[in-house]
Amino acid sequence: MSEQYTYAVARIRALEVSLFSNSTIDQLIACQNYQQCLQFLEEKGWGSADTSKDAEAILTREEEKIWEVVKELSIDMENFAVLSYPKLFHNLKAAIKEVCTEEKNRHIFYDDVAIGGEEMLEIVREKAFTRLPDYMQHVAAEAYDTLLHTRDGQLCDVMIDRATLDAVYAAGKASKAQIIRDYAESTVAVADIKIAVRSQKTAKSIEFMKRAMAECDSVSVDQLSKAALAGKEALRDYLMGTAYAEGAQALLESPSAFERWCDNKIIQTISPQKYNAFTIGPVIAYVIARQNEIKTVRIILSGKLNDLPDDSIRERVREMYV
Amino acid sequence: MSIWSNLGLVYALLGAAVAVFLAGAGSAIGVGIAGQAASGVVTEDPSKFAKVLIMQLLPGTQGIYGLLVGFITLSKIGLLGGGAADLDPKTGLLILAACLPIGIVGLISGKAQGQTAAAAIGIVAKKPEQFGKAMLFPAMVETYAILALLISILAVTAIQV
Repeated sequence: MSEQYTYAVARIRALEVSLFSNSTIDQLIACQNYQQCLQFLEEKGWGSADTSKDAEAILTREEEKIWEVVKELSIDMENFAVLSYPKLFHNLKAAIKEVCTEEKNRHIFYDDVAIGGEEMLEIVREKAFTRLPDYMQHVAAEAYDTLLHTRDGQLCDVMIDRATLDAVYAAGKASKAQIIRDYAESTVAVADIKIAVRSQKTAKSIEFMKRAMAECDSVSVDQLSKAALAGKEALRDYLMGTAYAEGAQALLESPSAFERWCDNKIIQTISPQKYNAFTIGPVIAYVIARQNEIKTVRIILSGKLNDLPDDSIRERVREMYV
Repeated sequence: MSIWSNLGLVYALLGAAVAVFLAGAGSAIGVGIAGQAASGVVTEDPSKFAKVLIMQLLPGTQGIYGLLVGFITLSKIGLLGGGAADLDPKTGLLILAACLPIGIVGLISGKAQGQTAAAAIGIVAKKPEQFGKAMLFPAMVETYAILALLISILAVTAIQV
């Protein structure tokens, strides 16, 4: 048993006390209006002195706080690669689109990743793809050429999203930590199922689906895409025979119930880390739980801002880690 | 005074050293592990200092048990009184064997208790009101250190010098 993460895990245990529970989320939903929600969040210590009553600033500050804690724990950031890949690939996607279409929008980049917006733009502009990590070089060149020649933004998105899933899965497989392996498996499988569901609704071809889906152990890309092509019933039947049978059930309920299940599945994957005292697992789980918490609060705030009924908001709210 | 002519005394001293060294090392490792966890909690919540300090100290007892057996052994062979007993190698080896239980069990239980204390500190971090229950888990490990201490004391005192 390694005691390498004893300090980190104990500190995370102390921080878990301030994570929102399902009852705290209920209290937030019960707030009368958007302003009261913001006040509630501030009373709970969200945001900082500079973010007063600005929802986006509060949520951004909370995201920053997660990584400040992680940096203080002095854990190799390589362990969190699976969590940062989606943002990193998003920056690539945004940079390719900006360079190819010459539309300027500086606010679409994430700067809390290894390659921020400015640097990514420079790489893409100079076509210096060798400056990117190995797992991004090929797809960056391919997506750039595709968008430049075909002007097909969706195809460019599909290529980069697929590369993101492949990178997450490869990082998971290469990791020694069980939680990272489980997280990568769940993330890729859930993403494949989402692609299948959306493709079935928009009547996409099997070639499109196979191009968009990434291989993983728990679902078969071939069977999943064939099921999606055959229709909603076939897709549900296929999912019933996998570890994601609850997803099939959620699919029956509503699209938002299915989206909710997708996020809940990830939280279920990390839940056993609440009882783990010595590995990096609880730290990774805390980061995922905080991100899920911020996402849930964003959903609630957006619902309140648009005067959605509480029941509609509650239907979209994710399960909490604690 | 040649070592070879006092081999019995050398074995007996080795026994005292094993008891103190191994049990002390076990405690040092255990207290170190629990201390890391305690530091993690106090970084976020200094109000839990007293509770986590008690948890951290739990694996410290093995070192005290080792020290106790070491003292009894030194007293038995007359080193504390100033006049070393004339021990034959067989008696010296018997004393060495008598010191082994607390040495070995102290080392293993000290580390195990430190790990359990670190996990229990996690309970205190999340549910401080469960401090009493949390303390029982590392305290259970203590049982086996006490059993080893008893056997070592009984064995050392029973050997005729």
